[in-house]
Formats: sequence, structure tokens, C-alpha cells
Amino acid sequence: MVEKSKASKRGRIACSMTVRLGSITLDNPVIPASGTFGYGYEFAELYNINCLGSLSFKGTTREARFGNELPRIAECTGGLINSIGLQNPGVQRVVEEELPRLRACFQKPIIANICGFSVEEYAENSAVFDQEEQVAILEINVSCPNVHHGGMTFGTDPKMAAEVTRAVKKVTTKPVYIKLSPNVTDIVEIARACEDAGADGISLINTMLGMRIDLKSRKPVVANKMGGFSGSAVFPVALRMVYQVYEAVSIPVIGMGGVASARDVLEMMLAGASAVQVGAANLADPFICQKIISSLPEEMERYRINSLEEIIGGAH
Amino acid sequence: MAMKQGIFEVIKNEQIAESVMKIVLVGDVSAITAPGQFVNIKIDGFFLRRPLSVCDCSRRSGELTLVYKIVGEGTRALAGYREGSKLDLLTGLGNGYDTALSGERPLLLGGGAGVPPMFFLCRSLVAAGKSPTAVLGFNTKKEIFYEEEFRKLGAQVIVTTADGSYGTAGFVTDAMRTLSYTYFYACGPQPMLHAVYEASETSGQFSFEERMGCGFGACMGCSCRTKYGEKRICKDGPVLVKEEIIW
Repeated sequence: MVEKSKASKRGRIACSMTVRLGSITLDNPVIPASGTFGYGYEFAELYNINCLGSLSFKGTTREARFGNELPRIAECTGGLINSIGLQNPGVQRVVEEELPRLRACFQKPIIANICGFSVEEYAENSAVFDQEEQVAILEINVSCPNVHHGGMTFGTDPKMAAEVTRAVKKVTTKPVYIKLSPNVTDIVEIARACEDAGADGISLINTMLGMRIDLKSRKPVVANKMGGFSGSAVFPVALRMVYQVYEAVSIPVIGMGGVASARDVLEMMLAGASAVQVGAANLADPFICQKIISSLPEEMERYRINSLEEIIGGAH
Repeated sequence: MAMKQGIFEVIKNEQIAESVMKIVLVGDVSAITAPGQFVNIKIDGFFLRRPLSVCDCSRRSGELTLVYKIVGEGTRALAGYREGSKLDLLTGLGNGYDTALSGERPLLLGGGAGVPPMFFLCRSLVAAGKSPTAVLGFNTKKEIFYEEEFRKLGAQVIVTTADGSYGTAGFVTDAMRTLSYTYFYACGPQPMLHAVYEASETSGQFSFEERMGCGFGACMGCSCRTKYGEKRICKDGPVLVKEEIIW
């Protein structure tokens, strides 16, 4: 393993931001979350995105999907509701058109976020991304709250989540991470079911089901009535779930939900996250991931952290 | 054509009509390359930025003028920013109008909060030696703004009010039907745009408004279907050509 060490500003402590997700080594733990970063190239207009640890691209289904009717976005205190509905060009076009464009601006390992409407579809899409060299991790999204008869249906039942995990594991040799929904009674039970079914890691949390009502029209703001709530307001809930799941499983956890600063990253890692995804914050500040990465050494020094790997699960 | 993030200073922020404010900012405007583009403003206390179309912009002075209607909490908070305060803007967003297609006598149709981008467009067309006519539609006399400013640019100006309290009584389409033009550009509420589409006798361009997440093409929050495929209002729009629109 190649250790990349950065000298701190004062030059006294050398800090290491390198983290490992199983056999994969990332230069730093910061990963833009699926659905908030497209395929990277909008952000590559603004800065060199190769500073990121990795990148989880937009959730992909077998067929192209337009997604839900507009409006799809509602502002909330400390976040937003989205009801995109998995708009994506379908797995073939993602592989043929989007991934080459992504590769032109980002050369590190990437995470393929995979969605489906049946166990078979999850497996089929996973088999396609299994063949993609740059894809290092398959992140199985069983937690999208914005589609009917798919997405979250698989992630709110331990048996279904395990079934999807097994089906995907059969078709790939790449690490499989299951992305879980917070909209459940007991997230630990579902995480355990995925681990037992062979999952290599757990990603959490996806968005929380929420809604807003427009006072003038007296109708829900988003056309699909409800949507996924995310943003800084959900951070304590996400942190709590990462903490619980870390305690219950022995596979790596990728923590996400309301992360918007280097301090949030450190908290997530202390709760048990081996890497951290940044979602909604990208929409409000397209530079946020870069800012978090560049301020991590300073925050590490402030809290006397030499190596990020050492603090994973440190709060337990 | 890449977007930029920049800190702008408020030069003034004043009311110019009922519920309508004009804010003048100064900063790096180099990313703004076409009329019809918009900026996305971070307002203290709100998670998402607020998209506003560019009403005027000067490369020389770095001045950026935005005219906005107070419609909700975000724009109400923006109205509270005083001279000297700073705002974080993403600039150069959206495709903007294609002025090369205008012909000699383009028609500009702006309705209410859709009037501001027409001003920057009008200035650009006049600078290109064209003779634009601007039809500015409002609900009522108290809401009218920028009539004189358009005249000063050298455009022929027609103001319509829905309640007949000023200018031509009726909608922008009532004026449109009496005019001859080589091409048209429209911005305003969706019912107005649809009416313009139906009444128009030439090709033209429409600028659309939508609730946005990011404003730069990442979140797919403002996608629409067109005859040329799916487009994002924020990135592939907000300007669409008449021939591609599906109502």
C-alpha cells in the first residue's frame, strides 16, 4: 500500500488521509454521493476533480428513465426534498457514453450506483458494470424513495435486501456495497441481513421520505407529492445509523447524510465510516468536496489526528 | 462557456415597482457570455441558491443588474441585502439566447418577471445593428418597470396590461398579432409562453423558468422533454427553440 502523506501547515505532524475500503485504497475518504454529482464533468468545469477520493455516479437502471414530473425540488430548512425518480440514460448508454466522458476528467476508481425494479434487473445491471475497469465498487441502491415498485421496496425488508445482495454477488467479482434506506424500523437488522448474504460493505443513508406543502396552492410542492429529504438537517440521524450499523457488522461502512464539512467527515469516521460521501451539499456549493478535502489536514491537526484510518469507529 | 463562482458586492438594491426589486452587484462577470443566461445566488439562511436571469451586465465596469419579483421567502430575504454587503454567485449558467437568428426586426416579448432578460437581449440586438420591438406585459400599471430603459436603448416599446390600466389592454399576444417581425424571443410565465407559441408566425426562442436544485446540470431536478430529447432547463436551457418544444 502506498501511503500518501501530507505535511501539515506547521510542518510538525505528517497526517495521512488515505483510507481503505476492503482491498481498495483511496487517497482520502471524500466521495461525492450518487445523484448529486452527475457523471462528474459539470464539476470538472470548476476544478480538477481528481482531488476526490472516489466518485459515485448517478443511479443507473436497465432502461433509460425520464423520471418524475416537475416540480421535483422543494427547499427545506437545512436541506431539500428531491423527487427526481432515477432519471438516467440506461445502463448501455452510461457505459458507452457517460463513463468515457467521466474517465476523461477523473482517473481514479469509481463507484457504480445501481438501481432496479426486480432482483433480476439488479443482477443484469451489475453484470454490465462488472466489466468496466474503472468501476471499483458496485453500490446497490435498494433505497430510492422516489420510484414505485422498486428502489426502497428492496431496502426496507431484510429478506428482499438479502436476496438482491446474493443475486448481485453471483454476477460480479467486484466489491458489493448495499446502500440502505433510513426509512425503516431497524436499520441494523437490514445491514446484518446484507452482510450475511455476502455484502462487502454498507453505504448509508439514502434520503428520508418527506414532503412540503405550498400554502398558496394548498398542494404538495413536488409533483410526486413526497420525496427524499437530505441536507445538513439529516446529519445527526445519519451519524446515529452509521454508529449503529458499524457496531453490528464487520464489513466496511461508507457514511453519508448531511455531510458538509471536514468536521462532519471526522464525526462520521469516529462513528464508524471508512469513507464518507457528500451529497446535497454539492448542489448548494459545487466546490464543497474540494473545500472539505483541503481543510481536512487542518482539522486533523486541530484534533491531533495523525491518520484518518486510526479514528474509524473511535467513538465506540 | 464555463460557469464561475464569485463574491459580488451589492451596489444598490431598490424597489422599482410593486413587489419588484432591482439589485446592482459588482464582481467578476466574465463567465456571462450571452443574454438569457442566469446566475444562482446563495442567500443566507437558505439551503438552495436562487436562480435569477441577467437583466444587464457590463464587462467594463463588472456591474451586474438583476431585476426580481418578491415571490417567496428567498427573494424576500434577498430584498433585505443592503449596499456594501456581499453575495456568493454562480455566474454564466444556462445557454442563453442565440442572437444570430434574429433577422432585422426581431420581436421581444417579456411578461412580468420575464421582462428582465429581454433587456440584456435588447441591448445586444441593438448593438448588432438590429431594430427590435419590445412588448412588455404586466398585470397592472403598478407593476410596470423598465419601459423607459428599453426606449433609451432605441427599441420600439409597447406595454400591455391585463387590466387595461396602462398601455394596450390585454396580453402580449394581443400586441404580437398586430406586428410584423422577422423572429421572436419570449420569456414569461408558462401560459404566456404557450400563447406566444400559438400566436407566432415565425420561428423563435423561449426561456423557461423551473424550480431548480443545483442550477448547473448535476441533479436532474429541472428536466423536461423536448422533440430533440430530454433537456435540463438549467444547463441545456433555459432557452429552447420553438421547433423543439413539447407543451
